[in-house]
Amino acid sequence: MDADTLVATLQAAVPDAQIEGAPTVDPQTTIYVSRDEVPALARALRDRPELAFDFLAELTAVDYWPKEPRYEVVYVLVSLAHRLRLRMKVRVPADDPHVATVSGVWPAANWLEREVWDLFGIAFDGHPDPRRLLMPEDWQGYPLRKDYPVQIRMIPNASEALQVTEEEFRANLMKDRLTRGR
Amino acid sequence: MPDIKTEVMTVNMGPQHPSTHGVLRLVLELDGETVLTASPTIGYLHTGIEKTTEQKKWQQVIPLVERMDYLSAQSNSMAFCLSVEKLLALEIPERVSNIRVLLAELQRINSHLVWLGTHGMEVGAVSVMLYCFRERELLLNINELLAGFRLFPSYMRVGGLREDLPRGFHAAVVAFLDRFGPKLDEYEDLLTKNEIYLKRTQGVGVISKEAAVAYSLVGPIARAAGVDYDVRRFFPYLGYETYDFAVPTQTKGDVYSRYLVRVAEMRESMKICRQALARITPTGIFAVADPRITPPPKDRVYTEMEALIQHFLIYSQGFTVPAGEAYVPVEGPRGEHGFYVVSDGSNRPWRIKSRAPSLLACQALERMIVGGLIADVIAVIGSIDVVMGDVDR
Amino acid sequence: MGLESDFDIPVLTTSVEKMVQWARRSSIWPVTFGLACCAIEMMAMSCSRYDVARFGAEVFRGSPRQSDLMIVAGRLSRKMAPALRRIYDQMPEPKWVISMGACASIGGVFDNYALVQGVDQIVPVDVYVPGCPPRPESLIYGIVQLQRKIDQQKLG
Repeated sequence: MDADTLVATLQAAVPDAQIEGAPTVDPQTTIYVSRDEVPALARALRDRPELAFDFLAELTAVDYWPKEPRYEVVYVLVSLAHRLRLRMKVRVPADDPHVATVSGVWPAANWLEREVWDLFGIAFDGHPDPRRLLMPEDWQGYPLRKDYPVQIRMIPNASEALQVTEEEFRANLMKDRLTRGR
Repeated sequence: MPDIKTEVMTVNMGPQHPSTHGVLRLVLELDGETVLTASPTIGYLHTGIEKTTEQKKWQQVIPLVERMDYLSAQSNSMAFCLSVEKLLALEIPERVSNIRVLLAELQRINSHLVWLGTHGMEVGAVSVMLYCFRERELLLNINELLAGFRLFPSYMRVGGLREDLPRGFHAAVVAFLDRFGPKLDEYEDLLTKNEIYLKRTQGVGVISKEAAVAYSLVGPIARAAGVDYDVRRFFPYLGYETYDFAVPTQTKGDVYSRYLVRVAEMRESMKICRQALARITPTGIFAVADPRITPPPKDRVYTEMEALIQHFLIYSQGFTVPAGEAYVPVEGPRGEHGFYVVSDGSNRPWRIKSRAPSLLACQALERMIVGGLIADVIAVIGSIDVVMGDVDR
Repeated sequence: MGLESDFDIPVLTTSVEKMVQWARRSSIWPVTFGLACCAIEMMAMSCSRYDVARFGAEVFRGSPRQSDLMIVAGRLSRKMAPALRRIYDQMPEPKWVISMGACASIGGVFDNYALVQGVDQIVPVDVYVPGCPPRPESLIYGIVQLQRKIDQQKLG
């Protein structure tokens, strides 16, 4: 199946989606889709037997600052049955960066979306676990954005906050002292 | 006897642990010895390589990407070079492709030897580690012969290779391959039918075929579960369709199957190495003849003006890559990986994203260890062959 | 040690000191703190070709409570820094730190937001071993230099 047939099949599967093809130099067919159609397209891509894109190879984002729309979320999908590759790109504006999650369709997307949230600040609506993945939990800022500096001069944090309050800590100490030797 | 009160115990297999293959943190909830829940935390080795590469010129990125997945370094740099060469629309000479195939397969053997050594040591067979690292020293000697450096030769370049093969390369590779075949049989003697090893690894850390596809697992983990996906067969590159090799698969999806798959892969890699070596002439063309990308030979630089200017331009401002994006998937020792490269037309990358097979393996780890015993956690982490440099980048 | 305060004879004190120094430097047991690529070279150093067991580092202990040396092998990220300090604090005295590789010594090739630019911002370092990664022979040389440093450490 070549690129045009693939786009046509996908368009037939989800008729009211706007899919535009894009030129590509590598073994992936590239399409641009709009943000709202991602859930429907994801399900169609995985479930339709003539498409069968059951393998999510990559989920990442690119920051095109200062161009608008600023971000592009990129999905790379593989169909093992038909030996096809597809790159689906979603343009996301800077003032409202969010996309629907696909972790219900491909469970592998869970951590990949967490990483995009961590590094770019693009929220995924409906994600079961929206936490930072690579940076420390209390980190401020989204490092891979183009307006984040590469080098920062910050004193490294050499101690972690205690996970109990001071009263609890002292109460635990007293408890040990009272029960020792019994 | 009165009822013994038990409670669920939370154990932290912290980032520093002899068996977590680097800095992986697992918080386990245990009921006795059974694992109830596991939550992995990663990010302890996050190096910001992707952001750093946006400041470097294209050729300068190669040492950085080699250090991402530090056990399959040449596979990494090869994948990066393939993506950039797609953007540049370069036609790579066949001799270069054959040398790249040879080095990639040697790197696969290298990575699998480290895996076998560390996995054997964690399961209890400590001698296996010493034997595997002894063989690995020969491979590192070959790396040193090529480029002077053991782990990260930086021998692959955009456009080909850094320089021609050294004298004695063929002899060194043939000596290694001749020695390695019987040694691999020796390692199999130690482990494959070993009663203790079988008890520790059969039925442990099972993942089903459907779960492997749903969690996007690739490489030996997926092939041990029955998913037949090998990038060299599905989306061939570098002329892999002309080589004669098999892709070993198993069906059970447990730790033992992964062991069998990796050992079989080492044998197949040896076959490919011999075929590739037969096609490579000792001297010949080693890079594409494009003056913007390949620096001229030194004797011309010292005598001709244009060669001097070309040399200066390449090393001071580098070459520019046309705007666009490319992602060429490559079968590394851990499965499909590659570099999604975005260029804006300048001499620096705009964005480089490494597709990390180990990240997804870490995600599926929870599924594999829940319900098992805590001793099996060690065996499973060893079997999925995570490299934390690849997970955290 | 309180021995030298009881004995005024310098010969006895010196030989006790020399004996203690010999004992300490000949059995330095490292704690496994391999972070990244340098850890692979550290493992290669402990294997049969380079065999650091000849120099006394017979076993790499898993627990910091049973070790004297911490070889910080690899790049230290900001998230890992508290764990490093905690492991260092758990080691009993006398303890030494070798910073192995360029990333541990000064941040290496990665001068960016994610890495601590040099492990000596977190723990005091005795020997720096440069390289990316250093050859196993370099690391063994680093351990030998540490042994020479221990030879000069006075008691009390």
